[in-house]
Amino acid sequence: MTDQTASEVDTSQSKKQMRSRMLSEFWFYFSENRGAVIGLWVFASLVLIAILAPIIAPHAPNEQYRDALLVPPVWQQGGDWRFILGTDAVGRDMLSRLLYGAQFSLFIGVFVVTLSVLGGVSIGLIAGYFRGAVDTVIMRIMDVILAFPSLLLALVLVAILGPGLVNAMIAIAIVLQPHFVRLTRASVLNEINREYVISARVAGASPFYLMTKTVLPNCLGPVTVQATLSFSNAILDAAALGFLGMGAQPPTPEWGTMLAEAREFILRAWWVVTLPGLAILITVLAINLVGDGLRDALDPKLKRS
Amino acid sequence: MTASPLISASNLGRFYSVSGGMFAPSGTVKALDGASFTLEEGKTLAVVGESGCGKSTLARLVSLIEEPTAGELLFEGEPASAQVPEHRKLVQIVFQNPYGSLNPRHKIGTILEEPLRLNSDLSRAECRKRADEIMERVGLRPEHYDRYPHMFSGGQRQRIAIARALMVNPRVLVLDEPVSALDLSIQAQVLNILAELQEEFNLAYLFISHDLSVVKHISDEVMVMYLGKVVEAGAAKTVFDNPKHPYTQALLSATPVADPHRKKKRIMLQGELPSPLNPPAGCAFNPRCRNAIEKCRAEAPALVFDEKTELACFNPTPL
Amino acid sequence: MALLDISNLTVEFQTASGMFRAVDNTDIRCDRGEILSIVGESGSGKSVSMLALMGLLPWTANISADKIEFDGRDMRSIDKNARRKIVGKDMAMIFQEPMSSLNPCFTVGFQIGEVLKFHLGLDRATRRKRTIELLEQVGIPAPESRLSVFPHQLSGGMSQRVMIAMALAADPKLLIADEPTTALDVTIQAQILELLVGLQKDKDMALILITHDMGVVAETAERVQVQYAGQKVEEQAVGNLFDKPHHPYTSALLSALPERATGRELPSIPGVVPGQFDRPPGCLFAPRCSFAQDVCNKGVVRQDEALGATLCNFPVNVGKADTVKPAEAG
Repeated sequence: MTDQTASEVDTSQSKKQMRSRMLSEFWFYFSENRGAVIGLWVFASLVLIAILAPIIAPHAPNEQYRDALLVPPVWQQGGDWRFILGTDAVGRDMLSRLLYGAQFSLFIGVFVVTLSVLGGVSIGLIAGYFRGAVDTVIMRIMDVILAFPSLLLALVLVAILGPGLVNAMIAIAIVLQPHFVRLTRASVLNEINREYVISARVAGASPFYLMTKTVLPNCLGPVTVQATLSFSNAILDAAALGFLGMGAQPPTPEWGTMLAEAREFILRAWWVVTLPGLAILITVLAINLVGDGLRDALDPKLKRS
Repeated sequence: MTASPLISASNLGRFYSVSGGMFAPSGTVKALDGASFTLEEGKTLAVVGESGCGKSTLARLVSLIEEPTAGELLFEGEPASAQVPEHRKLVQIVFQNPYGSLNPRHKIGTILEEPLRLNSDLSRAECRKRADEIMERVGLRPEHYDRYPHMFSGGQRQRIAIARALMVNPRVLVLDEPVSALDLSIQAQVLNILAELQEEFNLAYLFISHDLSVVKHISDEVMVMYLGKVVEAGAAKTVFDNPKHPYTQALLSATPVADPHRKKKRIMLQGELPSPLNPPAGCAFNPRCRNAIEKCRAEAPALVFDEKTELACFNPTPL
Repeated sequence: MALLDISNLTVEFQTASGMFRAVDNTDIRCDRGEILSIVGESGSGKSVSMLALMGLLPWTANISADKIEFDGRDMRSIDKNARRKIVGKDMAMIFQEPMSSLNPCFTVGFQIGEVLKFHLGLDRATRRKRTIELLEQVGIPAPESRLSVFPHQLSGGMSQRVMIAMALAADPKLLIADEPTTALDVTIQAQILELLVGLQKDKDMALILITHDMGVVAETAERVQVQYAGQKVEEQAVGNLFDKPHHPYTSALLSALPERATGRELPSIPGVVPGQFDRPPGCLFAPRCSFAQDVCNKGVVRQDEALGATLCNFPVNVGKADTVKPAEAG
């Protein structure tokens, strides 16, 4: 009656080995996507840069060198080894400002994503679980939010809340959160009629228990992927708001704000515009690549074995 | 004192109203219509029929997942209700698909202990002890406690599902096609476990299946359903040896038998199951029935006692 | 010469945790106009070997074989275009899930017409005529009116009939039916099986029926090949197989059938089919076999045709006239 042969190999496995096997399986699918691995490395170095910015930056981000306005990067004629990537219009070191900017970008990403995931997932869970009128009301509100161009809506919200980095982040979180609501609701609808949920109901689980303990963990895969993609969206939107003067205020070394300040020098000093732009581009691209890889690894439909 | 049966149902029905969309008229689907039966301790009542015959609806009603819209369901003489904790513990259900019925994100231990933690105030250690006992009973090893469902084969998952159902000491198990998704060699293992458990705990089974050879093997009584209605019911041996309803006869003769030398004399059913939204007038089976007479098209036959079995047919003929 | 002749076919899949061998040195032979049934449990490689033949496996699969011949043509060296000319024309396949095998975006008539257009190059009017003919052959009532019907408007049984009509469109020499009735109700299953066997007789085509249902095998097949964990363990005419199975697995499988049970306890096979990580070194069935001895863990011999080409050191139901090859280690 017992399975003498049932996977003898498994028998000797301890919990730790099992977890490492699951991890290695995840890594196998993730690493099949080479772009994702590169993205992950880039992202990891960004985190490192953000943490180490005070140590590796050659200058303070807001220190102005009046003797060196708009100095080009070293490889160009007139470059100065003191300022490897040149200086801006008021003589601040570009490299240092970019390094410190990484801190802001990552902070914006983490803050916005946390806020919109928490809000979006709980609202989506409620909409998907209770259906009916609750669902209709919630989803129509979300549709209204989605009907606005996201940046425009964020602008309006910031105009109401007042300009500033924190308000900009809150506005972006509100704009991004309907995506999480819709995603979570869709997965809840998908899971709620599965037999394991019914069997938990037969066992006498309360709605709260069903929502949080039974259904929610099974909906997190797609939410994770969406979260990474929103991370880059948040950075992008924050930069845009900064560029429009509604986000972080000067002299904060935020990339979007840096771009805005440099607008008038586009023709004379390419580096003051290009470098922050490049920083935003690389960050967003890296995170999107990671998101792609995550989707490949987490989506069971794409798994083959 | 006459003890009331564990479960008794009279005229049980479940109707769904269907809105037909913007242009079509709305209608009522009688997923289950007028089912009556009793289930005694230690006995197996099998419900057979093809898809759409209402057998799964019956399973959902008895396991209190849904409420009947007609008729009466009694647990030990009391009206059954999902609000009564004793009733919830009395009946547990095992589903067909062992890949869908276990929460993929929970460990086996958590899955097993969940019903206990929700329904009793046993301590963690007591829950664990109970889980270990039951796991051993269904042929799982203690180290399986910390594994996740995807690490198990279909047969083992079905053991886990059975173990989970047994955690709260139920007296009735509703088995909704418990072996249909399993391979033949595994199917035998699971059927054996079910038989042993029934003997040991004096469990009553409501066994839902479309596989007549399995039903023949395991059941004491059988109920044959077609399009939401019971067409024939009685002791399993009597019904299988001497089916009276033309549908039961067709079902039996359509079931393939693993004997290449058997003479094939098959009653071919013409056509397909009619839409439950728009069932034929009279007896629901009449368009496909070879015995249909004028009366069958006008009037639906009631389930009446006919010698040893119950039968809903105006014109039964022996096979 | 056999219509289909495959020898020593091995298919391996690349997975996260190494190579997984789905089909292991399997031979399949099917003559013109016969019904061969390949029977086995899930994971026995029965579908994979057919998909390999048709070139429908994903790129993660490694296929190797000594011989894959269909109708005298070597299917291993054939290029993609030539294969497309054969698959769907001389060799057609129907699948387990009729509902998902039809494209939901196109009408039934259009989908059958596509096959006729691609393989036979018929013009529009002839296509229409032939499609109606085909639908009639597979027993679909009022075929003219069904041409413009979409797959979601059909029941499971009807969809399977349409799939069969589509497979028959170009008069194939071989029809492969992969669990064609598993998703259907028994009364519909009986209809579909009768249809398949009837068409096979009428058109004198070969039919390979892949199934796990011993009842279906007994009632339809002429010759049966039993697969276990990717290996062919036995092959016999259907009557002999059910009377005198030579491989312990076949024998155990047959006695595990509830309809053959004598008592309440079914004789079951302990354990499960070996997976990727616990493949035994010798006979793959040895860990679950009640006749296994030490030598079975080292190697296994294939017996003669008279003993059903059984892959077993100690075949069962052996008569006095039969000679059993001795067991040999690895």
